[in-house]
Amino acid sequence: MKKTIYLDHAATTAARPEVVEAMLPYFTEKYGNPSSIYDIGAKNKGVITGAREVIAGTLGTTPENIYFTAGGTESDNWALVATAEALAAKGNHIITSTIEHHAVLHTCQYLEKRGFVVTYVDVDENGILKLDELKKAIRPTTILISVMFANNEIGTIQPIKEIGQIAHEHGILFHTDAVQAYCQLPINVDEYHIDMLSASAHKLNGPKGIGFLYIRKGVKIRSFIHGGAQERKRRAGTENVPGIVGFAKAVEIAQATMKERTEHELKLRELLISRIYKEVPYVRLNGDHERRLPNNVNFSFQFIEGESLLIMLDMAGICASSGSACTSGSLDPSHVLLAIGLPHEIAHGSLRLTLGEDNTEEDINYVVDKIKEIVEHLRAMSPLYEDFLAGRSHKPM
Amino acid sequence: MYSEKVMDHFQNPRNVGEIENASGVGTVGNAKCGDIMRIYFDIDENQVIRDVKFKTFGCGAAVATSSMATELVKGKTIYEALEVTNKAVMEALDGLPPVKVHCSLLAEEAIHAALWDYCEKQGIKIEGLEKPKSDISEEEDEEDY
Repeated sequence: MKKTIYLDHAATTAARPEVVEAMLPYFTEKYGNPSSIYDIGAKNKGVITGAREVIAGTLGTTPENIYFTAGGTESDNWALVATAEALAAKGNHIITSTIEHHAVLHTCQYLEKRGFVVTYVDVDENGILKLDELKKAIRPTTILISVMFANNEIGTIQPIKEIGQIAHEHGILFHTDAVQAYCQLPINVDEYHIDMLSASAHKLNGPKGIGFLYIRKGVKIRSFIHGGAQERKRRAGTENVPGIVGFAKAVEIAQATMKERTEHELKLRELLISRIYKEVPYVRLNGDHERRLPNNVNFSFQFIEGESLLIMLDMAGICASSGSACTSGSLDPSHVLLAIGLPHEIAHGSLRLTLGEDNTEEDINYVVDKIKEIVEHLRAMSPLYEDFLAGRSHKPM
Repeated sequence: MYSEKVMDHFQNPRNVGEIENASGVGTVGNAKCGDIMRIYFDIDENQVIRDVKFKTFGCGAAVATSSMATELVKGKTIYEALEVTNKAVMEALDGLPPVKVHCSLLAEEAIHAALWDYCEKQGIKIEGLEKPKSDISEEEDEEDY
């Protein structure tokens, strides 16, 4: 059987064996409901508190500010909708960016239908939020600024500290979707002036279906999921104990290995970027080269389309993703690539490769060799490339 | 996601290439929606398509429908080629996912565009054969599927 090279760690990751091992007893012998009075239940209350402490420690906060959810999407929905509801009397204006994840963008659209006004602040050609435009967007009615910590497609890291500062100078709450950044970059919620932060376990070798929302003490937002008194009456539903245990285990490992993992990923990232630049003509690196997640590479290959590239990579055992329309289920390419100013046909030809600690230099060299071959093959059948070679159109990038 | 036949035509596309001094060339689609197809015909004096080549910028389904469309029209008269519909292309490929049906329509349009070009050059008029959109970068408002 051919080897699989997984280069889609921004989509999801495999749960580590230690994580699964830590979780297993909580499905069987330690199955008790943490709200129960007897031993097998009540003990799990303490287990959850322990997990909360681990996570709080990574953000420079205290455990009571961490609320477990079913994942990043729920956390984003909760932060936005509950803030809008809680502060509706103060104002109806929300500011976000044009390159947010759909968990934020579609929630903003939902709020717009219910009378809220949303400003989508633009990013520059590298995907960095325009701070002057953010400042200009602030109104007396602005109640929330929500900007992602790092982008899931192009890996751009936002000036979070500056954004937090601007928000707090104006008495506005600041939420950040840190699903891609959490445990990839050091984060301190006080230093960065973050009031709410969303994260998810499955991006850092934890299980799927578990995430958290950090809510700064004193931020008075209510429940999003109604029911029992779990999570200090703010998030109802019997706790996902195995998920919480697995999340904490994954966080422990990810924090402990962050430095060496980052070094490893940076080395591979730069190898990938430099070889593609050197060996494949008519390409463009999307996103800021420096202010970028250590595991993210996003290239556009002119004259070819992303889905074809993905299928051929898949046949070579390589798992990757693209911002092409064909992979999104609509006819439009990625809103992130359009927001950084790429023309449609260049956005359609994008390829995202996101690294993990198990990837090797050998993997990367194999992947670049395959990309070269496939790009050449697809260009040979591309009418855009034919026109370009004939001097009829399409300037090279 | 794709049938075996689609995957086969994507991996081993038939009739890729160009024809110099082609009897008819048609290019359809636009870069905005991510699919462009170009078909070349070599048509003999009996109006039979002697050879056909294509080039496509697009997804797996776009490549496969172009490939299959060229197979279906090869050796046919121009009138028979006109009868090759997107449905026929889809059936020959054992179906397409709903979101990819537009690719088969593009293949049909590409055949028609190349036939139109041939008819223009030859001064032939065929009823029902319409002038294709002139500019491949022309923007279209397409509904989401």
